[in-house]
Amino acid sequence: MKTDTIQLAHGGGGRLSRDLIQTEILPRFGQGPLRDLPDGASLDLPDSRVVFTTDSFVVRPLEFPGGNIGNLAVHGTVNDLAVCGASPLWLSLGLILEEGLPMPLLRRVLDTIRDSCSACGVGIATGDIKVVEQGRCDGMYVNTAGIGTRMPGFTLSPGRIRAGDSVIVSGNIADHGMAVLAVRDNLGFKDGPSSDSGPVHRLVSAIQDIAPSIRFMRDPTRGGLAAVVNEMASGLPVDVRIREADVPSDPRTRAVAEMLGLDLFHVASEGRVVAVCDPAVTAEVIDRWRKLSEGSAAGCIGTVTAGSGRVVIETLAGGTRLLDVPAGELLPRIC
Amino acid sequence: MRYIDKFRDPKAAAQIRDSISLLCRQLEEGGRTLRIMEVCGSHTMAISRYGIRSVLGPTVRLISGPGCPVCVTTPGYIDAAIELARTGALILSFGDLLNVPGSMLTLAQARSQGLGVETCYSPLTALEIAARDRKRQVVFLGIGFETTVGPVIAMVDRAHREGIRNLSVLTAFKRVPPVLHALVTDPELKIDAFLLPAHVSAIIGEKPYQVLAERYGKSCVIAGFEPLDILYGINGILQQALSNQVRVDNQYNRVVKPAGNQRASRLIEMYLQPSVADWRGIGQIPFSGYELREQWSAFDAPRRFDMVVPEGHVNPGCRCGDVLRGVSTPPDCPLFGKACMPSQPVGPCMVSSEGTCAAYYRYERPGVKPE
Repeated sequence: MKTDTIQLAHGGGGRLSRDLIQTEILPRFGQGPLRDLPDGASLDLPDSRVVFTTDSFVVRPLEFPGGNIGNLAVHGTVNDLAVCGASPLWLSLGLILEEGLPMPLLRRVLDTIRDSCSACGVGIATGDIKVVEQGRCDGMYVNTAGIGTRMPGFTLSPGRIRAGDSVIVSGNIADHGMAVLAVRDNLGFKDGPSSDSGPVHRLVSAIQDIAPSIRFMRDPTRGGLAAVVNEMASGLPVDVRIREADVPSDPRTRAVAEMLGLDLFHVASEGRVVAVCDPAVTAEVIDRWRKLSEGSAAGCIGTVTAGSGRVVIETLAGGTRLLDVPAGELLPRIC
Repeated sequence: MRYIDKFRDPKAAAQIRDSISLLCRQLEEGGRTLRIMEVCGSHTMAISRYGIRSVLGPTVRLISGPGCPVCVTTPGYIDAAIELARTGALILSFGDLLNVPGSMLTLAQARSQGLGVETCYSPLTALEIAARDRKRQVVFLGIGFETTVGPVIAMVDRAHREGIRNLSVLTAFKRVPPVLHALVTDPELKIDAFLLPAHVSAIIGEKPYQVLAERYGKSCVIAGFEPLDILYGINGILQQALSNQVRVDNQYNRVVKPAGNQRASRLIEMYLQPSVADWRGIGQIPFSGYELREQWSAFDAPRRFDMVVPEGHVNPGCRCGDVLRGVSTPPDCPLFGKACMPSQPVGPCMVSSEGTCAAYYRYERPGVKPE
């Protein structure tokens, strides 16, 4: 009998498990090392200096404007490799599925993973599927680990940041977090924000030849721009001054943040990169990023000054305030 | 959003900022200080978010008032909500109430223990959930000032008309005029002027504030929540102070009409009556709350479930009442930075992320360099 939802037996290692892999996994990902389903992948890497990372993805709802948990899982790991100055090559894919998950939804997610991998030029080298009882997970969880090889020239570390440096962001901030929150809370927006989930590795490649002038890069995911900028300034004899008026954002994202009383600086992006660079290359970095579609809204948002590890916002009202890391869960405010 | 952007125009902000600097200098040269209370929690958040303190002179101070309904929620109320969740009821709450401490637990901690606590943005979500599953009791946590009372009562009104009987409200509504009255009649109060709330005034109008100016001599400006609104509001208060005038100005007249919103007021009047209310850190204030009228008691969670909202336990050392009245500053409180921190707040001034104590803790406690 053909079932259209995930059963516990799909993770049991028996016939249903095999069927699931034969019909859903191999047709999408079986071209390379996965073909004969070995227990582990043997990979030939072009360079011995590799970067290795892992990330787990949990999002509710699983599908949202601009993407689903699948492209999030690919881009998240690809981007972690890219901001370390690495070219992403291979990913692993671990799926934890909840009993009762609709098969069409799983197929849509797997299709998205396949398409995102091919757009990023990475392959799935190894994987695993487990199924848990209904109520034990939110539909599905995804884990990806990734391997990439170092791009020559990049020596990225917050320790290299110095007074006078520029802070650049590759595009509108906070679109992903606001898109997910807007659909989660059933706010009924007709033309709400759309997630920016996307890869940043092309942005990094585009500045490879000026790599020595790039001090540090990070993707502003959980905790948003606030967390990233605080993390880089903390413990250093510098302050980062951000000009609020120069930080790019989408009007739809701003409108939802306004309604929910949230600070855009605390909200996640999933396809952006923040870079600190030598002021001499600021215009060059922005120019190259703007030539790529994912960098079309890139701009310089602030500068590094001598200081004591603080992040200072020059606000739209012409005042200044310290920008803190978010306290925890983003909760809509009523007052 | 484009409409809102007009109230964030940096050029207009620069002009009004220059005017404020000039007025602050004149005040300083006249040897005068000015303590302005921003009554509303949304003003407090916006003042902090736009760095408005940094544009004021040293003799003008902004003091955060009691106008965050979440922050003044008592621990006993949270205890009662958790108690209801333990009976199997589904609790629906506005998001920011989740981290407010009860006597033992917050609602977020109760949720992590598996109790039915969900957040929503609109009371209508509670109505929909109750209509979908008529076997489950759904309790909406009805907190808020006059602004929020309207939508919650509209929910009760619809539940009544649609015959939805498994929905009730645990009320801790608050009214702004009585708490302001309690503040101004306090002989110790050290507040010279009030920046009055935008949205609350849209419901109640201007009239309830007249007494603050006429009888108690406080300058008052009703202001919106955008940076330009607040700057204009403060500018107006400074002008009143320098010309020795006291009156209620309405800077937010694009929304606030002198008589308020009569339709919302009528609905509130039909379902609710003023009652004594408990304020975290301040205590009981007569007529400062709303309760459901007797004929609607089926929608009142305590009466439906035959329970009493307990007093709850608050650390007796908490000095939030004094901080709110401008009598003490946070470091005067024995709990500040020790038993009471943003991660484990005791009083309302620390519960709100931008409350006076939380802001002090973040920006002005010893070891933190001011900007």
